[in-house]
Amino acid sequence: MEKDGKALKKEKVSSLPKLTFKDKEAGSYFIMGFANFADHQIVKGFIFLATEIAYIAFMIMKGGDLLHGLYTLGTKKQGWATEPGKLLPVLQPGDNSMLFLLYGIMALVITGVFIVVYLVNISSARKLLSLRRAGKRPNTFSQDFRSLNDTNFHGAMLTLPMLGILFVIVLPIIFMILIAFTNYDSNHQVPGNLFHWVGFTNFAAILGANKLLSYTFLHVIGWTLVWAVIATFSNYFLGIIVALMINYKEIRLKAMWRSILVTTIAIPQFISLLVMQNMFSMYGPINELLVHLGFGRVDFLVNNATNARIVVLVVNLWIGIPYTMLITSGILMNIPSEMYESAKIDGASPIQIFFHITLPYVLFVTAPYLITQFIANLNNFNVIFLLSGGGPTTTDYFQAGKTDLLVTWLYKLTVNNYDYNLASVIGIFSFIICAVTSLIAYHHTASYKREEEFQ
Amino acid sequence: MKTAKAVNADETEKTAKATKPAKTSSIRKKRIAGTVVIYIILTIISIIWLIPVVWVVLTSFRAEPGAFTSNFIPEHWTLNNYKGLWANTVFPFKAWFFNTLWVSCISCVISTFLTLSVAYVLSRLRFAFRKPYMNFALILGMFPGFMSMIAVYFILKAVGLTQNLWALIIQYSAGSGLGFYISKGFFDTIPRSLDEAARIDGATNGQVFMHIIMPNSGPIVVYTALMAFMAPWNDYIFANVIMGDNYNKWTVAIGLYQMIQKNNVYKYFTQFNAGCVCVGVPIMILFFCLQKFYVAGVTGGAVKG
Repeated sequence: MEKDGKALKKEKVSSLPKLTFKDKEAGSYFIMGFANFADHQIVKGFIFLATEIAYIAFMIMKGGDLLHGLYTLGTKKQGWATEPGKLLPVLQPGDNSMLFLLYGIMALVITGVFIVVYLVNISSARKLLSLRRAGKRPNTFSQDFRSLNDTNFHGAMLTLPMLGILFVIVLPIIFMILIAFTNYDSNHQVPGNLFHWVGFTNFAAILGANKLLSYTFLHVIGWTLVWAVIATFSNYFLGIIVALMINYKEIRLKAMWRSILVTTIAIPQFISLLVMQNMFSMYGPINELLVHLGFGRVDFLVNNATNARIVVLVVNLWIGIPYTMLITSGILMNIPSEMYESAKIDGASPIQIFFHITLPYVLFVTAPYLITQFIANLNNFNVIFLLSGGGPTTTDYFQAGKTDLLVTWLYKLTVNNYDYNLASVIGIFSFIICAVTSLIAYHHTASYKREEEFQ
Repeated sequence: MKTAKAVNADETEKTAKATKPAKTSSIRKKRIAGTVVIYIILTIISIIWLIPVVWVVLTSFRAEPGAFTSNFIPEHWTLNNYKGLWANTVFPFKAWFFNTLWVSCISCVISTFLTLSVAYVLSRLRFAFRKPYMNFALILGMFPGFMSMIAVYFILKAVGLTQNLWALIIQYSAGSGLGFYISKGFFDTIPRSLDEAARIDGATNGQVFMHIIMPNSGPIVVYTALMAFMAPWNDYIFANVIMGDNYNKWTVAIGLYQMIQKNNVYKYFTQFNAGCVCVGVPIMILFFCLQKFYVAGVTGGAVKG
């Protein structure tokens, strides 16, 4: 498919004539929209020209400074100075490195958008040239406008979502990636202070240069992976088993059993998690019950790391099993009953049937779901943050608790500690883990390979 | 579509039971024992799953204050928690509830439209940056969402939108162009011959989308809308960062979280539970009504092979 797309694109572009300086359309290289003006596409030409003028004006008036600011991240520190003629020193505002960085990136993004418009302008000029050579009339603006509902429907439909993605997702991600290469930490807070580019220092610190940090990082990453694997697979298998039990022929009131479990999906997660946190707390109902029954109080979440880890995994089962149950029970009913019959005739035990018929079948259908779940668990902020808050806290770790995942650690570093640079580095590592896992996994699932086949 | 079959499978099972052949008695005994065990397990599971829910409901009617009492069932019953909650001025739950409702309605409409149109375009049209766009979306989806929250905050601040409900709406709908996987998977399964016939009759791509694809995609439209609607009720992180201390603009997630923080938990715990019921029950009813669309959505994306 990748190849098809490229071939298609190549063909489309190469079928257009090259602009040479003999053609009047070549004017578009310097004055955007020149070709459109020359070939009576006044409105379109005007739009191109206006873009060019606006961009040049922006770069002269603002953009140059912004890009320079991106390079220096500010030079003037906030400080007290006595202005001439005044008696007392006044607080002089300094440069705000964070805004320098943010606006610098915006200038870069605007430049990127401009380059795209410029390329569209060139290809429009080439199209006009080929039309003129063929003796055809170019589209009028209203024809172009109407094509947005048809041949250029993708343009009309994708523009708004892409702008949204660009400014609310891509731009912030670029910002945070760049923060990882600065010393924007608790000691370099704006606007009182400046921060600077420091290259790979933060990465080095986390990977070993700073003992406490790298120790924390290693252990948090280890727990994150353990958590993601156990949480994903325990939910998956137990969910399938529950679904199988409900689907068992002799069981009546299937809809009722299913609905009871589905209740937990329907309740907003933050509610059920906050409630769970209370149930497992030192004086919560579970401990009261244990005391009534003659056992001692158990410290589930506060100080005992092992208990806390078990509790978050168990509560995650409470949250996750219904999802798997709901999704797989439909699939289970689709397994052809002949397969079971013939397996029984061949003398297969129920366990063999489960591992050789049921599981492969369900696995085949739900592979993408399983991958998504794994990624979601790597980044499972809610369960950890709302339940244990990452605790129990420990001095062995830098600002992290024993149940903290990479994401909750990232959150704490950002919100409690203002160590944005470290948080960014962790975010990048978290991204790498997710990306590697899912790329490997997706390329092994059938639905990705056969994207075009079933159409 | 396989899932439609799945929904009806209950009925087919019933008919299968009627024609069940007679079994020998030893097998039947075994089977009965198995059934009993399964019933017991299911009952235990149901109790475990229901206890927290029941506990919340009971606590919301409890007259005794405080977070923890030693008895599960309240000694005195009252409706004051609900009255107090909706009249609360320290924790303006009423405002939070309608803030969240407003945000989720608007962002539901916007993001459902964006998600579905992007999915349609990617499923049916072929254009140069289609594959790059899809790969790009896959990569973006792997960044931890709130890694960028601080930057989002400053960008919104630069446009003067912080502590404003529109900021939340933008935040929840801006990314909807990336969540096209499930609906695209579903559109892929709608036969192409349908829209080709319409194209031959002179329909534009826009008309094919509105008149052919949309009417054939009921479950996925409902699923997308349901997911978009439920997101604001669940989001704590972004709402917290964007709204800061402007508690009149909070959503229920931040508000209820604040209610059971150390300083407030004794006084407001029963009201917190009342709040949970007020938020949970409507969502639960909505979800139960649309449950089959949810399953169709999740598996419709997955069961495309």
